[in-house]
Amino acid sequence: MSNIVTKQAEQKLQSGAVKVDGPFWGALKRDLLLSYRRKSDLVNPLIFFLMVATLFPLGVSPEPQFLADVAPGVVWVAALLATLLSMDSLFRSDFEDGTLEQLLLSPQPLFMVVLAKVLAHWMLTGLPLTLLAPLLGVMLFLPGEGMFGLVLSLLLGTPTLSLVGAIGAALTVGLRKGGVLISLLVLPLYIPVLIFGTASIQAAITGLPLGGYLALLGAMLALGLVMAPLAISAALRISVSG
Amino acid sequence: MTQLCPTTTYFVYNALLSAVFAKNIGRFAASVAFEVVLLSAPRLKIENLFCERDERILFDQLCFDVEAGEVVQIEGQNGSGKTTLLRILSGLSRNFEGEIYWQGEPVQECAESFRESLLYFGHQPGVKAVLTPEENLRWYASMHPTIDLSKLDYALARVGLTGYEDAPCHTLSAGQNRRVSLARLYLSSAPLWILDEPFTAIDKRGVAEKEALIEEHAAQGGTVILTTHHELAIGDRIRRINLDQLMGTS
Repeated sequence: MSNIVTKQAEQKLQSGAVKVDGPFWGALKRDLLLSYRRKSDLVNPLIFFLMVATLFPLGVSPEPQFLADVAPGVVWVAALLATLLSMDSLFRSDFEDGTLEQLLLSPQPLFMVVLAKVLAHWMLTGLPLTLLAPLLGVMLFLPGEGMFGLVLSLLLGTPTLSLVGAIGAALTVGLRKGGVLISLLVLPLYIPVLIFGTASIQAAITGLPLGGYLALLGAMLALGLVMAPLAISAALRISVSG
Repeated sequence: MTQLCPTTTYFVYNALLSAVFAKNIGRFAASVAFEVVLLSAPRLKIENLFCERDERILFDQLCFDVEAGEVVQIEGQNGSGKTTLLRILSGLSRNFEGEIYWQGEPVQECAESFRESLLYFGHQPGVKAVLTPEENLRWYASMHPTIDLSKLDYALARVGLTGYEDAPCHTLSAGQNRRVSLARLYLSSAPLWILDEPFTAIDKRGVAEKEALIEEHAAQGGTVILTTHHELAIGDRIRRINLDQLMGTS
């Protein structure tokens, strides 16, 4: 009997049942699993994104020429606001159930854990928005030449939005009503991303080279990847210290 | 030939014996040296701690040492600053003045090794409602390398959660949720435990088991700092620090 038990334990050991994930994978897997179990949070920004695109022609003008002119801006503004909308919940539930405290008391580098959390957030908001964007482009009569620029600019721009937004979310997580404050803190920092994002689509439509705009978006992303996790970590420590 | 054989065996045996002895001597010396270093500085030293909250002084010039093998119970009325003190000691709260030393070093300078040695049980149990007990503990283990996941089944059995491994925590009761978090006590090899009201919503048998666990941890050289309104049935290892009296005398 005891032999069987030890054998089972051995098999469990060999099959990797006691394998412990590193901090990055552990945090990433957990956040993806959490969103999978709470699907409503997942579709909320996407529905918002779709609604803006459907209501805009109804509210302003259904004229194809007019819509084609404003399409880059509308899609980008909708994506930006959808990201902002989802930002508040990034650390909120962790803060409320005490897991954020355990995370801050971990000896693992907070930089990696925070980066994993932001990556999970982007995979569940920025990435679906980017994949959905061509559909919105078609709905708004965006010329076919602009599609490439639309997808690429969103692919480079939305991670930056997630990184910058997470700083605001980390700063306001300790406050009872942080939602409004996040918008005020983060919106000015979103504007450069918006300008270069829409400009690259305009350039793609008119046939100008868009490499420069994309390079600038990439540079902002690189800066964000290196600096934002530091700012987020510090902000979280301040918020929890409260 | 018949004489040679026992002699060679004797020599080999002797050599082996001395090797084992030498190794043990080395180990012994190392552990003695380690103990001396440990003994020379208290495990946790608190010096002139001052904390103010909403223009009310919670504690002023609070000094105490905590040694290895000690259980320290922080006492005081509601709102006397017990939780605040534990949050300061664990490094979560920075709203204080004064110094905290971990094994003789200021805690800010050895933050990583301090966090490695710490198990903190806070006001909120730190359990995700949509995850199962096992997933919660796995995540905790990925954040805290001191957790030994090979004992996971044993720990869940000890806190009475066998059969609930795959149930999401929001379907469990408040007490069971706290038990998920308390299961960490069975898995962790961290020497310092800071426990804030660990017995809230735990039934009598569970409390008795946790008391035994705390006592065992202290007997093995661990340190426990806790708050509870419970009468602790832990022998002579326990030391009580009353925050009300401190404020009354100062």
